[in-house]
Amino acid sequence: MNGYIWSVIFAMAAVTFISRAAPFVFLGRFAESRAIRFLGRGTPPVILTLLVIYCLKDVAVTVSPYGLPEGIALAVTIGLHALFRNALVSIGVGTGAYMAIVQTGILAL
Amino acid sequence: MGFSTRLVASAFQASGPVILGYFPLGFAFGLLFVEHVGLPWSYATAMSLIVFAGASQFLAVGLLAAGVGVFEIAAATFILNVRHAFFGLSVLERWRGAGFKKFFLIYWLTDETYALMTSIKPPPDARETDFHLLMAGINYSAWCLGSTAGALAGEASSFDTTGMDFALTALFAVLLVEQMRQVREVFPFALAFVAGIITIVAFGGENMLLISISLSLGLLIANGARRGWA
Repeated sequence: MNGYIWSVIFAMAAVTFISRAAPFVFLGRFAESRAIRFLGRGTPPVILTLLVIYCLKDVAVTVSPYGLPEGIALAVTIGLHALFRNALVSIGVGTGAYMAIVQTGILAL
Repeated sequence: MGFSTRLVASAFQASGPVILGYFPLGFAFGLLFVEHVGLPWSYATAMSLIVFAGASQFLAVGLLAAGVGVFEIAAATFILNVRHAFFGLSVLERWRGAGFKKFFLIYWLTDETYALMTSIKPPPDARETDFHLLMAGINYSAWCLGSTAGALAGEASSFDTTGMDFALTALFAVLLVEQMRQVREVFPFALAFVAGIITIVAFGGENMLLISISLSLGLLIANGARRGWA
């Protein structure tokens, strides 16, 4: 377990640092290239959309409670963020709502 | 190095909202880490100090608990963090000549710190890289202190964390809304949504991230090249 956790920590640190340092090391000359700027604009939307889907991939929408806890909590999160644009409030209240729903089991029909 | 008190004060003021976000999120990470991974608090602190990538650390809690291999965790971390590669592009010129400080500016570059760097101007008499370094260091400290406090709290009490992992979904949803405000185009979002659903239906959920990201980015690049990167 000890070797495993340290390997994971250092592997994560290495790939994170590489992704942060990449433009400074490799892209200096290409920073103004149209292709790189196009990718810089298009990649984050693609990855974030897929990460949200990834997080919700195991939600069973065909059996009770039909994905309602996730749907409600997500609506709360996005709605609050559209209104107040305060990430802490949106994430905190959204997660709190989800925890309340699954811990009390009020939607387990 | 010597930073003036006024510069430190203005960095704290600028970082305020991020501290308020990083401390509680770090706390949630620490709490989840000790409960799900089952290791002492010091490992949560070590991960925050060494890795310092919030979303990846949340994702790693689930993967570590499942005993997923080192390579798979590293690959997932890379996919999650590759967006950082595009942050550096816009500060490339401004950090030229920052010397050893550049190492920490890069090491501490996160979504939120990047947002501060690109939106808040340094005080008139200050060097921009010093101001950026202070904000980044303050945010880093808030995350590490929050994780440690959360991990210690998790060891001290048996708080029911069922459903708390939804914080990761909520975090991504918030970042997605922010992207939608910035990038006023439907295409990349719609492309990824369709590719994600098709991948889950065709290949199942387990490996959907790598397959759907490759598929979407391939289509995005093909479309960009066809339109001359406009």
